[in-house]
Amino acid sequence: MSIDTETARKVAKLARIRVEEEALPALAQEFNAILGFIEQLNEVDVEGVEPMVSVTPMQLKRREDVVTDGSMPDKVLANAPDAREGFFAVPKVVE
Amino acid sequence: MSDPNTWTIAEARDRLRGGDVTAVELTEACLTAIDGAGALGAFVHRTPDIARDRAKAADDRIKTGDAPDMCGIPVGIKDLFCTEGVPSQAASRILEGFLPEYESTVSGRLKSAGAVMLGKLNMDEFAMGSSNQTSTYGNAVNPWRRGNDETDLTPGGSSGGSATAVAADLCLAATGTDTGGSIRQPAAFAGIVGVKPTYGRCSRWGIVAFASSLDQAGPMAKTVRDAAIMLEAMCGHDPKDSTSADLAVPNFEAALTDDIKGKVIGIPKEYRMDGMPDEIEKLWANGTAMLKDTGAEIRDISLPHTKYALPAYYVIAPAEASSNLARYDGVRFGHRASLAQGDGITEMYEKTRAEGFGPEVQRRVMIGTYVLSAGFYDAYYNRARKVRTLIKKDFEDVFGQGIDAILTPATPSAAFGLGEMADADPVQMYLNDVFTVTVNLAGLPGISVPAGLDKQGLPLGLQLIGRPWEEADLLNTAHVLENAAGFISKPTKWW
Repeated sequence: MSIDTETARKVAKLARIRVEEEALPALAQEFNAILGFIEQLNEVDVEGVEPMVSVTPMQLKRREDVVTDGSMPDKVLANAPDAREGFFAVPKVVE
Repeated sequence: MSDPNTWTIAEARDRLRGGDVTAVELTEACLTAIDGAGALGAFVHRTPDIARDRAKAADDRIKTGDAPDMCGIPVGIKDLFCTEGVPSQAASRILEGFLPEYESTVSGRLKSAGAVMLGKLNMDEFAMGSSNQTSTYGNAVNPWRRGNDETDLTPGGSSGGSATAVAADLCLAATGTDTGGSIRQPAAFAGIVGVKPTYGRCSRWGIVAFASSLDQAGPMAKTVRDAAIMLEAMCGHDPKDSTSADLAVPNFEAALTDDIKGKVIGIPKEYRMDGMPDEIEKLWANGTAMLKDTGAEIRDISLPHTKYALPAYYVIAPAEASSNLARYDGVRFGHRASLAQGDGITEMYEKTRAEGFGPEVQRRVMIGTYVLSAGFYDAYYNRARKVRTLIKKDFEDVFGQGIDAILTPATPSAAFGLGEMADADPVQMYLNDVFTVTVNLAGLPGISVPAGLDKQGLPLGLQLIGRPWEEADLLNTAHVLENAAGFISKPTKWW
């Protein structure tokens, strides 16, 4: 599997990271080096093997479905790059 | 009396109780050492006021005669841990200015135990790296040098600042985190002890997430005994982390009996890599002989899927990272790019993340995005998770055959020069974790113990891998190895 410039552009878009056009060929090359390394996994016989979900065999704890936290809008917004009137502010989303 | 900042935790604990020294004096000695060590790049946010306040409180508590072991002990905290009101950036530009409104469970436990936080420690950005060179703060520098050669060496990574700070006696111990070797590799490069506990031993709550199924916090300390003392203070069940184990925490220090008669130590043949330096081979053989001499039985074992651990890791870790790092979008915290006229929300995301993430983080987020994308999920991600099952089974099989612990080298080389790997492709850097990454994939406890010097005078470490939840037993074996190796060298002060 070889990654071309077009695929690199698509992946950058999916990851929401702006990559300048002239940087795409080098990025594609790096992806290919890493994926070439990963391709070794194809040598392994994984027939009938379950993909790992949890590394320690433990039952996840459950709790009552009740509110345990909240009522601290000031703390929630304290680190926002732009907060107004108790909300996070972002550029216009809907036309 | 030697400078208090050079003491071990055990020594400081005993002297604090004996009244030889106060926590305030101990803390001042560390703060002075930190002020004189700017060239090492270890402490990236210093908190002397917090340290002095906590030291005073610790002295009061010690006077009451009812203080835990860590009370009054000055420590450094890796920048990956959220600390209330103190910058916690994961060494990334994208978290510039972020001041957490809460304290991570692990740093909070240390705080409750009376430990004195001196500041935040350098690391690779989002813990992605093996040389501390991806940090937004610049490099941390290893206090060790190759004899009289003045080349700056890496302390390893990602917990590079922690390794440097402990090795250079800027603090008595430090927290680290380990996703693929990020505690054990820097510990080996800096001639100190580093423990990665069993997955679930330490709460991950409040630690900036990299790869959640692999991340574990652990202590980095000067001795195995110190690591045991600090680990006990760090771990324990936390309802805020659903993968935190609800198991009693043993008294790890009490487990250091130095009796390992009848223990079976496995030597895995797959860890004998082509091109491994003779010195590493020799160190490993010496370590094996030392454990045998103290009464352990040595057995050759096979972990057949070892070769596939790194490739599986470089699918699973980036996949989880791409999901975890989706939260850095310029909306709720950290950096937001300045926008041009007409830019919408997508441009805000893309520009913010391009400016905020360094090249290695961008690379891994994009690899993760690719292996999780439609059409490749099965071929890459699911296959890697199946291989992970097989890697874990390799260990279960040998433990089932009666192996108590496994001895391997910690790293394939000694510390390398900063910048020496600049022209290598990313995969070359990834190979640093070849001996450590299997342990994360299998969720096991592992410890790196300094065991000797190479011909250039740089420390080399050995790794012991234990059964799940048996850190106490593992620490005891490590303590025997530490005593037998008799590693007492310190870096010569040049900074």
